[in-house]
This record gives sequence, structure tokens and C-alpha cells, in this order.
Amino acid sequence: MITIVDYQAGNLTSVRRALDHLGIPSRITADPNLVRQAERIIFPGVGHAGAAMAVLKERSLDSALVEAVQAGTPTLGICIGCQIILGYSQEGDTPGLGLLPGICTRFQFPDAALKIPHMGWNAVTVTRPHPVLSHLRPGNEFYFVHSFYPQPEDPNEVYAICDYGGPFPAAIGGGNLFAVQFHAEKSGPAGLQILKNFAEWQPC
Amino acid sequence: MLSKRILSCLDVRDGKLAKSVKFVNTRDIGDPVVQARRYYEDGLDELVFYDITASSDKRAIMIEVVGQVAAQVFIPFSVGGGLRTVADCSRVLLAGAEKIHLNSAAVRRPELIAEAAHAFGAQAVVLSMDVLRVAPTQTIPSGYEIVINGGRTPMGQDAVAWARRGVDLGAGELVVNSIDADGTREGYELTLTRTIAEAVSIPVIASGGGGTPEHLYQVLTEGKADAALVASMLHYGEYTVREIKEYLAGRGLKIRMA
Repeated sequence: MITIVDYQAGNLTSVRRALDHLGIPSRITADPNLVRQAERIIFPGVGHAGAAMAVLKERSLDSALVEAVQAGTPTLGICIGCQIILGYSQEGDTPGLGLLPGICTRFQFPDAALKIPHMGWNAVTVTRPHPVLSHLRPGNEFYFVHSFYPQPEDPNEVYAICDYGGPFPAAIGGGNLFAVQFHAEKSGPAGLQILKNFAEWQPC
Repeated sequence: MLSKRILSCLDVRDGKLAKSVKFVNTRDIGDPVVQARRYYEDGLDELVFYDITASSDKRAIMIEVVGQVAAQVFIPFSVGGGLRTVADCSRVLLAGAEKIHLNSAAVRRPELIAEAAHAFGAQAVVLSMDVLRVAPTQTIPSGYEIVINGGRTPMGQDAVAWARRGVDLGAGELVVNSIDADGTREGYELTLTRTIAEAVSIPVIASGGGGTPEHLYQVLTEGKADAALVASMLHYGEYTVREIKEYLAGRGLKIRMA
């Protein structure tokens, strides 16, 4: 059973439907105790990092998530969920959950031809093999919608990169925590593969 | 680098496909959910559903269609047609769509764009504009006029100015539909598409006139569009998504090959 954390950040039902399609049982909850007891957590989201953190705090989900991850619960962050696991986000100038050392920064391009947000399909290159990124083909593309990107302090915590005016981390993680900047639930068969991989992942 | 996107639009009336569509398997004629899944499996990048249901009491059917599509199609999709309020948009998004298209209602009341962007984020708000070529005047210097009500009501408003205003109000993407090119299958309106794409900082989706893969190539290069919308080319079974994409990739464009 995968517990999808509800913090009023958009695409929860999309994630739920993708899991249903894969035959993976899931539930959506905003109850911190259910998050603490979860077997496996998906932490999705679209929107604003500052607003997301505010809702997490209001619902006491911030400490529940931190406890669950520290207790070893396999956890997958998606989009905003990939950004606020870091220590700080420039979006809303807000502290994150601090589960991985690092910051979330805004794209900045001297070239106005590159539009912000980075929205659409882009290729993701696996730089370090990880069970959640298994069974992908080189050049697999995923759907992105974001203006900020995650930057872990430790380069070993970057597992895949994408290129938009230069390389940026597209998948990050450490221990039982993994996170993708793209929307796996809207990225066709390749995205579904990632959700399936996560459901089967046994972090050591 | 982002791939150029290929979108298709399905017109839905009372929960059924409104245009006759040529299928290999005729058993499924008329079901937008089946058709959406077919395009998804063939590698389409994004889907648009346009609700042309005339009576408001039947609009709830569209919400059911959206829910069914969301359960089977795992690419972004959007819904347009008849969305007049934030509440209308909210119902569609909660049912599983990523984005909503605002058209006539936004021209009549531009604040709707800002309200929707505030409620759902700019990434969820697509401003769709129907544009007619006219002789340039002082009020329409670009020679492209905004028309609403499915092409029936010219608004005396310049399309380029409206595109810029839409961006300022919070639209995240633009669909530029040329009424002149629509249905001709002789190619997209390249000048219009390029003029708008150069005027705004958000993605532009070209619509109207696509008849061959070469037309898509032209609008994605010369026309500077980020994405192209195809309808009859696919609906009548003359091309598959895969054939279009293989052609574009062969011409050197970055395309997602699913």
C-alpha cells in the first residue's frame, strides 16, 4: 500500500490513477499518523514551494514526513516533492524539509529564447544507476513543468540529469528517499515504469 | 532541450466524438476515451478535449469523460469549451485534466485568466485564441483580429496585443488558431504563428491548417511554434502519430519517440 500525501498541491488524483492502472494499491491522506505508519510514501505536487511548506506545517505533515523518512520508509518525491526535501528553496524564500542537504534554485538564462517554466518533454540521462530508474531506455523523455530545480550539495545524490540551457538534476536521492523533478504520472510508459520501480524498490 | 510537442484535439459533444473519425476498428466509433487511448499508445505528447456540448445540463457528461481519460491516458491533457468561471475550471481539473483552455469567456472578461492562474497556477491555464487575417488598421496594427464564438464574432481587437495581455494576466501557454487556415489542410498560418511566438515568452501551440507532416515541420521551425496541434490528419486515419513523429525526427527536430 502506497500512501500519497495530500497537502493540497494538485496532481494527487493523477498519481492515484497511474497507480490504479499499474494495479498498485494506494490511499490519499492528510493524516500525519497515517504518514508515520505508511509502508511506502509518494509525495507529489505542483505549485509553489513556499505555499506547499505552509500547508505541510499547518497539517503537521512536515514532521510526520521527516520522521517517516528517518525511520526508513521508502519515499518518492515528485516535482514540488523533489524540491522541498532539500534544505532551502528560493521559491518563496522558504526552508525545506532538510531531508537532503541542498537548495532549490530558479532557472536563469541569459538567452531569452529559453522560456521559463521549463515545460514539456525532455530527455533524462541516468548518471548513476538506481533501482527506481531501472528498465529505462537511453533517451527516454519525461514531462516537466517547473521554474526551479533541485541542487543537492553532494553530487553523489544526483542520479539523473536533464538538459535545459545546461544540465540540471532530474532525479536525486539518498538512502530510502528518492525524488524526480518530472511528472512520472504524466510521462507515458516510461513514467509508469518509474512508479512501478518505486513500488518494488527495497532500499537496503 | 525540450522536444517539440504534437497535440491533437478531440471535439466532444454530449460525451461523444463530434466529428466522424475514421477507425481501423469501427466498433469503437464515437468514444473519445477509446480514441484518446489510441493516440496515447501511438505516442501523442498531449491531448486537448474541446467540449462543444450546446446545452448546459449535459455538461456534466464531459466531467465523466475527463475522469475516464485520466484513468487510461498518462500524458498531459487539457479541456476547453464552455469554461466561464473558476468553478467550471476547477471541476475539470479535479476530474483529472492538467490544464484548461480559456477562449471566448476570457476575451469577454480578461480577469478570468488572472483568477484561474491564481487558483491553479499559470501552468494550468492555456489561452486559446481564434484569429482572423484582416487589413491592418490603427486598432489592429498586426492585421490579425481576435474572433470569438467559434469564429462568428469579430472583436476589433489585435491578436498580438491580446496575446501579450494574456501572458501578463497569467496564461501559461497560448493556442493560436488561424481561422483562415483552419480546415484547409494547406498548412499552418506561419506568419501569424511566428508573430505571436516572437511577441510572448510562453509556449505557443499552432493550430489550424495542418495537412501533412511537412506542414508541422514548417510551423515548428519557420513558424517558431513550440508545439503543433493536428486534427483531421490523424482523425481521418491518413497519418499516425508515429509517422508524423518519424518524419519530424528525420528532418532533425527533437521529438519524443515513445
